[in-house]
Amino acid sequence: MVVALILLLVAVGSVLFHIYSPWWWTPIATNWSYIDHTISITFWITGAVFFAVIAFMAYCVFRFHHKEGRRAAYNPENKKLEWWLTIGTAVGVGAMLAPGLVVWHQFVTVPADATEIEVMGQQWQWSFRLPGKDGRMGTTNVRNISPENPMGLNRDDPNGQDDVVIESGDLHLPIGKPVKVLLRSLDVLHNFYVPEFRAKMDMVPGMVTYFWMTPIRTGTFDVLCAELCGVAHAQMRAKVIVQEVSEYHAWLETQKTFAELSGRKAVTKATYKSGGN
Amino acid sequence: MVDVPYDARADAPPAEVPEVELYHPRSWWTQYVFSQDAKVIAIQYSLTASAIGLVALVLSWLMRLQLGFPGTFSFIDASQYLQFITMHGMIMVIYLLTALFLGGFGNYLIPLMVGARDMVFPYVNMLSYWIYLLAVLVLASTFFVPGGPTGAGWTLYPPQAVLSGTPGQDWGIVLMLVSLILFIIGFTMGGLNYVVTVLQARTRGMTLMRMPLTVWGIFTATVMALLAFPALFVASVMMLFDRLLGTSFFMPALVEMGQQMKYGGGSPILFQHLFWFFGHPEVYIVALPAFGIVSDLISTHARKNIFGYRMMVWAIVGIGALSFVVWAHHMYVSGMHPKFGFFFATTTLIIAIPTAIKVYNWVLTLWRGDIHLTVPMLFALGFIITFVNGGLTGLFLGNVVVDVPLSDTMFVVAHFHMVMGVAPIMVVLGAIYHWYPKVTGRMLDDWMGKFHFWVTFLGAYLIFFPMHYIGLLGVPRRYHDIGDTSFIPASTHTLNAFITVMALIVGFAQMVFLFNLVWSLFKGRPSGGNPWRATTLEWQTPETPPGHGNWGKELPVVYRWAYDYSVPGAAEDFIPQNQPRATPALQGAAP
Repeated sequence: MVVALILLLVAVGSVLFHIYSPWWWTPIATNWSYIDHTISITFWITGAVFFAVIAFMAYCVFRFHHKEGRRAAYNPENKKLEWWLTIGTAVGVGAMLAPGLVVWHQFVTVPADATEIEVMGQQWQWSFRLPGKDGRMGTTNVRNISPENPMGLNRDDPNGQDDVVIESGDLHLPIGKPVKVLLRSLDVLHNFYVPEFRAKMDMVPGMVTYFWMTPIRTGTFDVLCAELCGVAHAQMRAKVIVQEVSEYHAWLETQKTFAELSGRKAVTKATYKSGGN
Repeated sequence: MVDVPYDARADAPPAEVPEVELYHPRSWWTQYVFSQDAKVIAIQYSLTASAIGLVALVLSWLMRLQLGFPGTFSFIDASQYLQFITMHGMIMVIYLLTALFLGGFGNYLIPLMVGARDMVFPYVNMLSYWIYLLAVLVLASTFFVPGGPTGAGWTLYPPQAVLSGTPGQDWGIVLMLVSLILFIIGFTMGGLNYVVTVLQARTRGMTLMRMPLTVWGIFTATVMALLAFPALFVASVMMLFDRLLGTSFFMPALVEMGQQMKYGGGSPILFQHLFWFFGHPEVYIVALPAFGIVSDLISTHARKNIFGYRMMVWAIVGIGALSFVVWAHHMYVSGMHPKFGFFFATTTLIIAIPTAIKVYNWVLTLWRGDIHLTVPMLFALGFIITFVNGGLTGLFLGNVVVDVPLSDTMFVVAHFHMVMGVAPIMVVLGAIYHWYPKVTGRMLDDWMGKFHFWVTFLGAYLIFFPMHYIGLLGVPRRYHDIGDTSFIPASTHTLNAFITVMALIVGFAQMVFLFNLVWSLFKGRPSGGNPWRATTLEWQTPETPPGHGNWGKELPVVYRWAYDYSVPGAAEDFIPQNQPRATPALQGAAP
């Protein structure tokens, strides 16, 4: 029976494609392998259901297609069968949801020792900010933004003076240290997306969003924008370079602070001496 | 035994309201153009929706040409690509599928299937179509205005949609919002009609639990649409104000291209909540009529009652209700409060249960059936496969943490095309093959139909199944050109080219279908009144196509449910709903 065979081939072909597909997720570079495991569980459960339903359907078409003299059975319902199927489905759904929620809990619980860094999106480029030696980042305001102050830092905030501001350069991160990535946008929605990190989050003007992760391998990774942000959306690129801690610090030493960039070094020192304002 | 004459009508509960006088057209214009007859309005809706749908089909070719062979076609640039995806999505979801299922199938089938002479408010029904047509014309006009249509994506997320970095900022976005507002006004007029007609104009004996699932699906979808579209309505009005009057409903303080803007205090996320409060039920507004119709196609062509009718009805109603508490699963990575993820992932995965029950009941209807592999049945089988596939990938995206890496990638594009593109369109096509004989009195050509089915089904599957894996790899959606990356292997470009070729082939198959529609109108085999030997009322009309007022002198009386196929002991393998029970002894065989 040709139709039944083709239907079965669709199911078998889909499974084979899945097994032999050269297109698969990128090698992971952060602690979020839990997410990959949850996807694997989901693939197993949904794959089994998919194959079972289509194979059953193909069998029905093979076994019960119209022939002269065939007459269908008459059975309006079967309460017992319907309940068993409902319960079975609920169990399957629970088996996917439960690990999903556990991992989500981890995803939204930022460890206390995570270093805060900041990524800012604007049409169509990325800027980054790292806390200086004080380990704290200064406050910002979108109204402060000007050519001299592209990330809108508050000039009066002492915490901001030693922040490292990287305008249209690459982001460097140390391996093995949890980071809380704070996300800001100047104009429209963007989304800081590095496929190897698995984590991603929209950047929304008017608010600060975040996610956290721990890089687990060194390398250079593409940063893409994953939320449509206008005509050059596809060209909004940067790179993240995950390094050994010593290399990272060597790089950090060469970076300019906000105070240096805005040429207010002297003023800053004076402010420190007087104990801030 | 005493030979008492059995009054079959006594079985049938009285109708909800007595018959009302029909509007009678007085001229050619009021009969065929400004018609108040639901059947004519249905055809007007269907033709308009199909026409604008063809525009969306051509747009999909242009997009695929760009994705399959980037840089080859100089007439497609980044701006145009974004305009194509925006218009393609908006047309397909709202102006084609919503209008076709509710305005087209709803108008044609509801009165006929519940045994009414027409919709309850025929004049408002007529207005509904003309306002819809106006909405379509306003939408289509954006192709010709300065700056062209908006390229904000069909989700129209602000601030991007109203700022100058997005194509169509001048006229495109304004006309898009105006068109949506018009569509919603027009839809509300039609929608109220469908709901009131189902509740009030059912013929004698047509209890709610005897209605065909087609009517249940369209009815529930319409109720949902009446509750969901107002959210899009207010969102559109507010965004129009933001764009034209400089208000800040969705606009925070921002800097655009180095310029401080005067906006401040608004919330882009508020728009997303409003949009998806509409947008998620919208998925089911398209899906539920498809669920209903496909149930009837399977039952009729497998000559078997639909398995678990009551469960099917409650699943439709349950899915409809649940779909109002899952909207933020579109926003897991939007920056909303992360704790929302727990709630919305749970509700979203719960909705899988009634949906799975429907799938089981469709395939269990095939079990021990007498399956006629007619073209409508083939499309129904194609629907089951694509819907199961697309529904299961929904379990990835609904499960909050799994969604994080996959959101905004081609996986999402593949998922929603499979589940709310290909699957419902399989049903639309199957339904057209099924009801075309009732509308025209002629059968569609079977050979062309089978060719159309196999190319469309296998082709669409080959387009969207592999596309998931491009997304799994990490390729983002809404990129006109992936450009240079370190993580995308060259073979992905080959796959993209393959998908483009399949898209062109599937598009070509639709031309065969269009030819079939026209050719069969004149040359098709005469169908008679009930070519599929179906039970439901629309096949029992005295004339085919049904005449003015549908039923001749007297309304039909309904004595049984819609699924008396292959009843043991009956001479034929179907018993129409309006056939009285032979003797009281046979009662109780079915609800």
